[in-house]
Amino acid sequence: MGIPIQLAVNGKNVAKEVEPRLLLVHLLRDVLGLTGTKVGCDTSQCGSCTVLLDGMAVKSCTLLAVQADGGKITTIEGVANGKYHPVQQAFWDSHGLQCGFCTPGMIISVVDLLERNGNPSEDEIRHGIEGNLCRCTGYHNIVKAVQSAAAVMNG
Amino acid sequence: MAQTNGSNILGSAIKRREDPALITGKGRYTDDLQLPGMVYATILRSPYAHATIKNIDISGAAAMPGVLGVYTAQDIVKSGIPGGIPVGWLLPGLKIPEHFMLAKDTARYVGDGVALVVAEDRYTAHDALEAIVVDYAPQTAAVNLSAAIQPGAGQVHASAPNNIAFDWEIGDKAKTDAAFAGAAHIAHLDIINNRLIPNAMEPRATLADYNVATGEVTIHMTSQNPHIHRLLMSLASLGLPEHKIRVIAPEVGGGFGSKIHHYADEALTAWASMQVGRPVKWVATRSETYITDAHGRDHVTTAEMALDSNGKILGLRVDTLANMGAYLSTFAPAVPTYLYGTLMSGEYDIPAIYCHVRGVFTHTVPVDAYRGAGRPEATFVVERMVDEAARVSGIDPAELRRHNFVQPDNFPFQTQVALAYDSGNYEGTLDLALKHIDYANFRVEQAEARKNGRYLGLGLSSYIEACGLAPSAVVGSLGAQAGQWESAVVRVHATGKVTVYSGSSGHGQGHKTTFAQIASAELGIPYEDIDVMEGDTGAMPHGWGTYGSRSAAVGGSAIVMGARKVVDKARTIAAHLLEAAEEDLVFEKGKFHVKGSPDQFKSIQDVSLQAYLAHNLPKGLEPALEATAFYDPSNFVYPFGTHIAIVEIDPATGQVDLKRYLAVDDVGNVINPMVVDGQIHGGIAQGVGQALYETAVYDSGGNLLSGSMLDYAVPKAHFLPSFETDRTVTPCPHNPLGVKGVGEAGSIASPAAVINAVVDALSPFGVTHIDMPATPEKVWRAMRGGK
Repeated sequence: MGIPIQLAVNGKNVAKEVEPRLLLVHLLRDVLGLTGTKVGCDTSQCGSCTVLLDGMAVKSCTLLAVQADGGKITTIEGVANGKYHPVQQAFWDSHGLQCGFCTPGMIISVVDLLERNGNPSEDEIRHGIEGNLCRCTGYHNIVKAVQSAAAVMNG
Repeated sequence: MAQTNGSNILGSAIKRREDPALITGKGRYTDDLQLPGMVYATILRSPYAHATIKNIDISGAAAMPGVLGVYTAQDIVKSGIPGGIPVGWLLPGLKIPEHFMLAKDTARYVGDGVALVVAEDRYTAHDALEAIVVDYAPQTAAVNLSAAIQPGAGQVHASAPNNIAFDWEIGDKAKTDAAFAGAAHIAHLDIINNRLIPNAMEPRATLADYNVATGEVTIHMTSQNPHIHRLLMSLASLGLPEHKIRVIAPEVGGGFGSKIHHYADEALTAWASMQVGRPVKWVATRSETYITDAHGRDHVTTAEMALDSNGKILGLRVDTLANMGAYLSTFAPAVPTYLYGTLMSGEYDIPAIYCHVRGVFTHTVPVDAYRGAGRPEATFVVERMVDEAARVSGIDPAELRRHNFVQPDNFPFQTQVALAYDSGNYEGTLDLALKHIDYANFRVEQAEARKNGRYLGLGLSSYIEACGLAPSAVVGSLGAQAGQWESAVVRVHATGKVTVYSGSSGHGQGHKTTFAQIASAELGIPYEDIDVMEGDTGAMPHGWGTYGSRSAAVGGSAIVMGARKVVDKARTIAAHLLEAAEEDLVFEKGKFHVKGSPDQFKSIQDVSLQAYLAHNLPKGLEPALEATAFYDPSNFVYPFGTHIAIVEIDPATGQVDLKRYLAVDDVGNVINPMVVDGQIHGGIAQGVGQALYETAVYDSGGNLLSGSMLDYAVPKAHFLPSFETDRTVTPCPHNPLGVKGVGEAGSIASPAAVINAVVDALSPFGVTHIDMPATPEKVWRAMRGGK
């Protein structure tokens, strides 16, 4: 039995009938075709599925699509206002990614982090992204990317 | 943008061209792909480590709406395919048990596949697993590595008495025993190399599409080596002819070894597509990867090192049990033997070495290559033994290393364990590392801190690794059922743009950037005009893929060879067009000109257009401008370096704080320093993870207790410091790029550096060794005499 939901995804209104148990991440990926958001675990540890819900970073594998009813979702596909968000640009410039699988979720988390703390210390950055796992970079260049994005965004 | 043409491009930190897609969510990984009519597969897995399967009742699952099929091993047998999962490396006396795509009558580890479901959607496919009823008769499981070889242990395979898969040795036992007889000092350690779970961020996945009309199956999958997967799918699993299988690796989200191996799951997905005649997708859940991806390491070792009174190493004796898990995974027998025993000389001139290894079956997930594969285990033994030798002889660990290094004028250096090191300057990286860390000053600081009840420790790891396995004939003589050369097609199009097809298969390494740098340097064609394609058996010649830090040294060299063939042909055409003799032409920055007359030239782009028009070519010359190269190196490559870790231990909690981590590596010439540093960082993180955080834990019944990211500590950002890196450059003398390998160096060097630092910090408490991971509890107990 489908439950009707309405939400705004990357600025576009979406109305769907969904199974009550459908996860938000599967709505985004399988139904809406927004495959930039990834699924990397099943216990809410890895953060690959992170999206913004009403401006806050959430793990879309841990929310039902029906819980997002009425909400505004921003995924990696919609985060830039222009070609790249400064955080995306900084990840590219600083070699903050290798295989790229954790990257969309990591970037969304960093966007959220910098929204809350525009000038984080290295320690605050490392704790700020603790909900996102990366197996390739050792986080070294991710930290540099966050610092560089913060500097750019602070103008 | 850095200079993008000519020789300067090698060594430039060009930003990766892979990244715009990956940072915007446009990277296409296997689970991102959808095909018309696609359905989903799931696999039921044994909850028992060892059980007889008495009956499988699929009726309830098969009757569920949306379920297209439920299959067991008997269905695969009936379909007439080989259905096997083979081992690709043979050793003398190796016991090779049958490994079928689904368990036939016995489940041999928690995670062993028992039944296959195909359903219209993901959720139904998972629901149906719950409705399959299996009648298991649990049997005694052999879980603990040391206990598994004792009488009375559970038996994994009847064909392998006492669970011994192989009994292997290298070196000279008698000579080594004699060296110990005359020793002034003997160091002894019992060492456990902890079992690890790879955790590439993208779980394994497959999308298989069987075309009934053509008899071809296209398999998109998370692969580090599509051609190997095609070969094994064809020969052992599906029985389809090789040319009727196309394996494509789209974007692959990390591998670290776990996507080298040929597992049952990908073959089952392809077989499922053949059964239902529709595209079938299978995606492992993360929990499923924990009980199916081949694990890494898992050794129990006794090691002894003999020294004379001056601290010269006289001999090394090593005895190791290596866990194979329940079946022999693809390259599993090679990892604790030819990738381990052969590295026991480390960076040192050790006159007598003997290494004995027994491979042991247990009722656990199969164990195979994981980042470093055998070499981290060997380096951990050698570098822990050197530190222990320094302790028992009273010599400073840096000095003991220096005293025993193979010297720069001794290359090529033949070790006592088969390898011939090609080049090196081991003291160079040690000195640079000690200088960066200010070694003498640290010892003063450490002594001061101890007076104040603060426990600092410094650990050295002077490592060598052997990667880019080669040449193929030697690797074959050691048991590999694979070649270890690499292929490249360099295709210059009519307009002078280039596509390079490589048999390597990157999954995060940045090949599309670095391989284009290589081709640009050779061809004198702008970097922007060159694209690199990988990972599709339908698009490129056979290649052996990306693992063992081989892609730059072997795959990159193949591109150089292909490009040089192209330039040779272009030279012939240019000479014809310029009406000059070939030997009078100079090729510089993409232009052929007559010696002494730089104004009289033909660019390689002019030549490529003429090569395709073929209106005016030298007599007998074939049109077009492309070349294929198959490059088989003459030797391994041998990166080396010295890493230093500094830790502080909280005496109240046992918490280890990694305060500094310094890596000085020599990976030969560097194609892109940004990419090389990134590889080092990632490797260090995985090695530090092994040393301080990560370990696979089984209970006595064979249940994986660390079976999810909740229970297994993949390092988070705040578990790690920023790293300090530097390098020396000793070019590899035998490949055209002078490159060594860099993918695994960090994970090879770092466990020993960190544990040596922890033991150094704990030395006031009489601690001489601690097993990985050095968790707070273990450290706290060690400080209290093991209580």
